[in-house]
Amino acid sequence: MADLPLDARGPIDPALNTPGREGLTGTAPANRYAPTVDREQVTIAPNFAPPQLQPAWRQDFPIDWPQDLYVERRDFMKFMVLTSAAFTLGQLWIGAHNWYRRRQGRPPILRIASMDDVAVGAAIGFTYPDAHQPCLLVRLSATEFVAFTQTCTHLSCAVVPRPAEASFYCPCHEGRFDLRTGVPTAGPPRRPLTRIVLDMRGRDIYAVAVEERTA
Amino acid sequence: MTTPMRRPFSREQRATVIYGMLSFVIILVVLQLWLLTATMNAWLGGDESIVWPAAAASGACFALNAGLYRYLVRMERTGRGTA
Repeated sequence: MADLPLDARGPIDPALNTPGREGLTGTAPANRYAPTVDREQVTIAPNFAPPQLQPAWRQDFPIDWPQDLYVERRDFMKFMVLTSAAFTLGQLWIGAHNWYRRRQGRPPILRIASMDDVAVGAAIGFTYPDAHQPCLLVRLSATEFVAFTQTCTHLSCAVVPRPAEASFYCPCHEGRFDLRTGVPTAGPPRRPLTRIVLDMRGRDIYAVAVEERTA
Repeated sequence: MTTPMRRPFSREQRATVIYGMLSFVIILVVLQLWLLTATMNAWLGGDESIVWPAAAASGACFALNAGLYRYLVRMERTGRGTA
């Protein structure tokens, strides 16, 4: 086969999709093709120029661009899978906290103050259901009282009652909540303040439950 | 009965495969992020009914992602994702 004359068109690339292979049959002589090169072993430089046009240093420090891109994307995918695992752990964390919260049972009934201790338009602080949760009791009128946790639903800053403006004000990000309902009226908070359910027994005011709300 | 020889993926094929998988993984991770924020918002608002179904859905998304990553590791080891 080696003594066969080369085709006038010159050797052709043996790759299947090479132009010029049209019309060739299985009887084409082997020397019709250029020496076979494993394409997977050819380094493709970042500038996509052929090897003979690359600077000399690239022979010592070859960077195979498709392989480089592949490794980058593989590492990014690994990172995304780890992020996915973290989100799943976050969900399980919420579930664990939910289980713990249910185990706590109903909060205790706690006497907050006497009606006479709070003037109309004034507020007093108390903690409920435990010593770590500050709350506010506000007297709206002679017979109307409301109580909410003092924690802003945006980023947990302490809200300040402003009865003159009929609102609770969060100084951290200018959040405002309605004084009567605890519903957010301005700023970044989206959820209402957690309401403390009150019970009047004689002239005493008791906290009996915690009511969390989404809207 | 013998298993037929199968050519390993070329560089171009591997790049296509990883782009496809990455698109899928990113969509699932964004879904998980939304799920986490929505669950946290509902739970802090006192709605406990959503907590465990959301955790199960997030776990399913993670299982899919981990499965895709496993396929990628096998593809590197054997040249193809399947035996």
